[in-house]
Amino acid sequence: MKGVLMRFSGFRVFKEALSGHKGWAPLWRNPDPQPEYDYVIVGGGGHGLATAYYLATTFRKSRIALLERGWLGQGNIGRNTTIIRSNYLLPGNEPFYEFSMKLWEGMEQAFNFNAMVSQRGILNLIHTDGQRDAYRRRGNAMLLAGADAELLDVAQVREMAPFLNFDNARFPIKGGLMQRRAGTARHDGVAWGYARGADLAGVDLIQNCEVTGFRIEEGRVRGVETSRGSIGAQKVGVAVAGNSSRVMALAGMRLPIESHALQAFVSEGLKPTIPGVITFGAGHFYVSQSDKGGLVFGGDIEGYNSYAQRGNLPTVEDVAEGGMALMPMIGRARLLRSWGGLMDMSMDGSPIIDKTPIEGLMLNAGWCYGGFKATPASGYCFAHLLATDTPHPTARALRLDRFARGYVIDEKGVGATPNLH
Amino acid sequence: MLIPHPLLGLRDAQEFVYLGDASLLNRPDGMAEGAAEAFGDYVYLRDNPAGVHRELWFHEQGDRSWLVVTRDTTTHEILGAELARDVALAAKGGAA
Repeated sequence: MKGVLMRFSGFRVFKEALSGHKGWAPLWRNPDPQPEYDYVIVGGGGHGLATAYYLATTFRKSRIALLERGWLGQGNIGRNTTIIRSNYLLPGNEPFYEFSMKLWEGMEQAFNFNAMVSQRGILNLIHTDGQRDAYRRRGNAMLLAGADAELLDVAQVREMAPFLNFDNARFPIKGGLMQRRAGTARHDGVAWGYARGADLAGVDLIQNCEVTGFRIEEGRVRGVETSRGSIGAQKVGVAVAGNSSRVMALAGMRLPIESHALQAFVSEGLKPTIPGVITFGAGHFYVSQSDKGGLVFGGDIEGYNSYAQRGNLPTVEDVAEGGMALMPMIGRARLLRSWGGLMDMSMDGSPIIDKTPIEGLMLNAGWCYGGFKATPASGYCFAHLLATDTPHPTARALRLDRFARGYVIDEKGVGATPNLH
Repeated sequence: MLIPHPLLGLRDAQEFVYLGDASLLNRPDGMAEGAAEAFGDYVYLRDNPAGVHRELWFHEQGDRSWLVVTRDTTTHEILGAELARDVALAAKGGAA
């Protein structure tokens, strides 16, 4: 099976349909770990897989292994609300997320896999004059970083989404900030596309292989201990958001991170009604409609440390109230499923892509609940750091020591309170 | 979640505001040697364990007391609650 190059195309789908779909092969190999690699990436989620992919393709490195405790794409890459966007404010963040947006726009051609990237737009609603000023400033910051942004008045919003509750007594809708290049993507498809691309480029994707310790000699990482034996490595990159604190504790490190649970929800399938992604910041509710018709929506994190991968009912009620306040028609839709994931909530709400005090050990963490949209740039920048020992220009601010040094990137300005970011 | 308040009995966690790790009670001495590093650790770094966690909850919509709640972060089971005042005084070696 090794070295099987399977290209996807419309012709291929047609041919397989006529021949009973007997020609499809598994998307990646299932290799046993070798005793020694140049690069070991810990974590087979979206960010780890993207890192392995760019390390092997763009940076032309070889002898790479990716270790995953369970199966590929088991964590948050398969449990999010699939939103991609680059509508940030601060100079430490916005160029990074815009870089990510540009990678989203080309990734399907690059790794020849349908990730269903759909640039259907994101609309952040405005309710007050103060919020309009803030969003105008944010839109200008986005334009300066090369992204697109458009300030809409209430008539334009009404034309786009007539079903919204424009005359809510507490939060009347006065307009919106629109990013038309934003949208959604098929989250599992992203993981599979990167996994297949990495495998084709020679990366060993090793599943059911839990890292149980780091081999550190004289302040330098030499490899990892795993449930499938000891694996040597020149450099180790950890991308295990949700569990970053637990894994880095194995290397004796404490992180500026708390783990919190975030829930997401999907309704029964409905006729097409929601044109893109709509966010209601005042009530913290965001919603889009999947291609199958289900309304996909979410709200706030639970607000207390959790590793349970599930939330509690008060948050369900809170999210439902947000939905009802924004679009009362949602009250007639039945909830089909809900689920929870673990968020690496950092102390300023922004991520970390940096070296650690242990030479050769590098960290990709702290994605809060915005990790999905960052998947391509996170992988690219982490691969850049692993390959060149220098940060990618768009990720220079995402340092681990920025907290102690006072250079936090706090979009919301709420300080070291992870449950408020 | 129901929090067993030492004075008020079982109270809904929705009445409380969460602050985080109970180690925040141990504020470093701002005048000591190395205070800047100590405060960097105090403000930003957390143990963040999977399992038993001691954490501060404020009974905002109740008697406005601070509690130290012991809770399992993998199951959300609450194992106990004490008044933060008692915990802080005991740590200083004084009587409650």
